[in-house]
Order: sequence, then C-alpha cells, then structure tokens
Amino acid sequence: MSELRKERIDRPIKARTDDIYALMGYKEISYLLLPRVLPIAVLLILPLIVPNLYYLRVLNIALSFAILAASWDFLANYVGLVSLGHALFFGIGAYTAGAFSAYFDLPIFVTIPLATLIGATISTALIYPTLKVRGVYFSLITLAFPLLLARLIEATDILGGTLGITDVEGFPNPWVESYLLIFSLIVVVFGLRRLLGEDLGIVLRAIKDNDLTVEASGINVNKYRAIAVFISSAIASFVGAYTAHSYMFVGLPYLNLEYSIFPIAATVVGGMSSIAGAAIGAFILVPLSEALREFGTLRIAIYSLLLMLFIAIRPEGIYMFLWRKYHQIERWVKA
Amino acid sequence: MIRVENLTKRFGGVVAANNISFEVKKGEVLGIIGPNGSGKTTVVNLITGFIKPDSGRVFFAGKDITAKPPHEIASLGVVRTFQNVRPFYNLPAYKNLVIPLYSPRAKSFEEFRHGDRDHIALDLLEEVGFERDSPIPYKPASALPHGYIKRLELARALALKPEVLICDELFSGLSQAEIASLLPILEKLNENGLTLIMVEHRLKELFELADKVVVLEYGEKIAEGKPEEIVEDEKVKEAFLGAEVI
Repeated sequence: MSELRKERIDRPIKARTDDIYALMGYKEISYLLLPRVLPIAVLLILPLIVPNLYYLRVLNIALSFAILAASWDFLANYVGLVSLGHALFFGIGAYTAGAFSAYFDLPIFVTIPLATLIGATISTALIYPTLKVRGVYFSLITLAFPLLLARLIEATDILGGTLGITDVEGFPNPWVESYLLIFSLIVVVFGLRRLLGEDLGIVLRAIKDNDLTVEASGINVNKYRAIAVFISSAIASFVGAYTAHSYMFVGLPYLNLEYSIFPIAATVVGGMSSIAGAAIGAFILVPLSEALREFGTLRIAIYSLLLMLFIAIRPEGIYMFLWRKYHQIERWVKA
Repeated sequence: MIRVENLTKRFGGVVAANNISFEVKKGEVLGIIGPNGSGKTTVVNLITGFIKPDSGRVFFAGKDITAKPPHEIASLGVVRTFQNVRPFYNLPAYKNLVIPLYSPRAKSFEEFRHGDRDHIALDLLEEVGFERDSPIPYKPASALPHGYIKRLELARALALKPEVLICDELFSGLSQAEIASLLPILEKLNENGLTLIMVEHRLKELFELADKVVVLEYGEKIAEGKPEEIVEDEKVKEAFLGAEVI
C-alpha cells in the first residue's frame, strides 16, 4: 500500500497578493468579504440574542479579553516585545478611570478616553527604560511591574489601598456597555491589521526580525518600540477603564497575574501573529472557563488540562486552521 | 571625511582593537584587510556606533561622532552593511527598502519625499543589479539567492544616500562572476563622490578598487599605504603567511 500525503493548493482567486486585489465579479468579492463581514455581523447580533443578563456579562468579559489579547499579540508577535505584565497596562487604565470618576466626578465618556491616553502615557514611561533589555529579560521585568504597583498601592494606601475605589460610575444601560466593546473590538482588530500593513507596521515587524539592521538604516529602534508600547498599552488601558466602569469598582485584583497570562493563553489557542486569532481565542477560553464553574475548585485543573491538550493537538491555533480551510483546497495524494 | 584616532576596545582579556588610527578623505576608497579575528569588524562597529570604544575618537567631516547611537551615525550619512546579512525575510525584496526609506534621513531628500515609494525602491534595486522586469524584486527575501541578498543589503544602505559607505565583507560568499558584476557598481558610486570603506577578505578585487589599504593583525594596525606598497610590505607578507597576498 502506498503512503498518502496531504496536498494543499491555494484556491484559484485571481491576483491575490498582500495589497492588490483584481476582482472579477461578485463571487470573488464575496469570497474576500465573507471572512470580514461574517464575524462583524455575528458580533453585532450577539447581544440581541443572548438569553439573559448573565450571558450578556459573559459576552462582555469575552469581548474585553479579546481586545486585551489582540493588543498583546500585536506587541509580542509583531514587535517582538513579549510582555508578561499586560496587567500593568490594564490596571493603570482601570485606576485612572476609577480615580477620575470617583474623585473628580467626571462623566464616563470623559474618563474612558482620558484613562486610555493617560494610561498609555504612564505605561510607556514606565516601560521605556526597560526597552534596552532584550528578550526574556524584558519579559521578566515586565512581569514584576504589576506586582510592584500592587504592593505600592497596598503599602501607601493610595487609590483606596486594599479596599479599592468603590464609587465608580456605572454604564447608563447594558446596550451601551456591550456595543461600546463590540465597536472597539472591530476597530482594534481591523485597525491593527491595517496598521501592520502600512509603512509604520512594516518597520515595527522588521524590528522584531532584526533590530540591528533597522538601527543601521537610520531608524531609532527604541523610539519605535516605545510607539508600539504606547499603542498596545492604550488598548489595554481602554479595556481596564471599561472594566472599572463595568464593575463600578477598581482595586488590587486589576493587577492580578490573570490579566497578564490570559491574553497569552488566548493568543496561543487562537493563533499567533494574526490579531484576529487572539480575539477568537478569547471567545473560546472565556465561555469555557465559565462552563467549568460547576466543577468548583477542580475548574482550574480541568481548564489547564484542556489548554494543554489544545496546544498539543492544534499548535498552529484556530485562526491558521480556519485560514487554511478557507483559502486552500486539501486532498490526499499518493506520496 | 572619516578620521579615526587611537581607537581601543577590549573584550574581557582580548584587545580587539589597539590604538588604531587612520583617515579616509572624501571620494577615496579605503580597504581594511587582515586575517580572521584581526579586528576588522570591530573597527566597523566602533565607527558606526554599534560598540563603544574604551578610548579613542571617531570624527566625521570634522565632527566628533564617537559613541553616538548607530541610528544617529547612519542619519549623518555614515552607513554600513553587515557581514552576516539578515534581511527581513518575510517581506518581498522591494518592501525591504521600506525600512531605510522610512528613516528621517531618507525622508529629508526631496526626490524620496515625492513619488511612489515602491518605484523608488525598485529604482534602488535596479541600481545594484536587480532585473527590474523580472519577478526577482517581488520575491520574498527568503527566496532570494545569496548574491541577491548581498545586493539587497547594498541597496538598503544606498537608500540612505550615504556620504560614507562602509561595506563589511560585501564579497564574502560570492562567486567570481558575482563579484565582477558588483565591482562596476561600486566604482560608479565612488565616481559619483561616495567615500567607501571596504572591509574585505578578497584581496585581489579589493586592490583593484582601493586607493589606500590599512592592514590589521591581532587588533593592531601593522601597515598602511597604497595597494602596490602593501603587497611588498614584509610585515603584511608575514601576517598573511601561507596565503597569497595577490
């Protein structure tokens, strides 16, 4: 018996390159549009079809983690800055929004943009000195940042200390709460993917590939790394600010390791270096984690086991798997 | 144009560069030769800011550029190529030039600021010998043969319109024919006023091009002079013992 091997052929779409489409008729237009329009349509409909407020809450958590994971994927897999401290960006955004809302009584649609900008500025300023440190050392230093900030708040009793800030304004209604995130997710995923195709994005990706050659090309590598950190931390700070208003509370849990680790897990499950994959990963992991609640304390063990199984079976991630199924024809041929 | 004064660099106990001085005038071609481990690349790294000297100074056009960050030195017009070329493999060859063309220096040139960036990139590639009407400039850098990768590296440096171009072993790994096709390109650049510093192993080709040669051994300068003088130098003959100087 002769052995079989899988052959993959690109679907015969005319002139498909990175940025040029020569379209021939509605079939090809819909072929290109479907993977973009379908997820947007599903996202827009989801809040309308969830059975009750509990599921709406799960949806919101999934959405916020999806945005968080996208911002991590951008920084780690495109710019090469593997941050293990995304909770820092998230937490600073949350605390900024919470403080502005509770202490200065600013309305929610002022505090969120303000926290996004201020959060990104503070995060970038904190991370900037560490940008010279490369690879795993950068990751280790970033891991320490959220822990450090948490101890600082605990010790000095600023920003509510261990009790946190409790009187943070909530969202006017659940629709605003959900659709704000849905629109943000769409803007973040498509925006980042577009950015990465632009010149700035190409420079950032090149820094990950080979920073010395970029530096030799007359480009200040640290400046562009800082720009990338600013973009990524702005997104994470936005999610932090949103969450603070959503729970009407900010406290030390916002600096938990969970917010650093979850985006990584989501990106691994969903597929690295695609931005969209990270978001897909969050939409699998968050509901999974909720579904496992009835197992009580065993939840984390089962969750971890499933995660490991998943990585063993589909190391490429779901996004690449779907991408392949959609864009390529597979068939078994004789080897 | 470039003046190096008493450059010294130690790595632990090894003296990679010991009190090295030389000068290259505008429009000249300077060759730097020496056996393996003689400190040639260290000198390039010291001039271009990739490593900081323990002592000594580097001047460009009379200005002290010692230990400035590499991107600032490149922005001034002192541009280098790398010995171990690592292009941006995922990108098509011509898109590799987006990076240097994005630099503040490239953007400061009128002719680069206007016009289609992809055309500018293709022009640069054509200048170093990419066939414009072939698919080669559009291939991902990872699919290019070694000779083209070296040319791509040269084009990357030229995209900054350098005043001084420092080539670190540009000819290494290339065939005779490939070197023969690169030489006229370098000659033409030099005729147009580009100052060249060539660090080379391939002495024969270098001596055709160079106005002056500096010879290094164990981090020290052991000779300096015109190519024909260097060939006759006793110390140089000794350093290259076993190898034919020309």
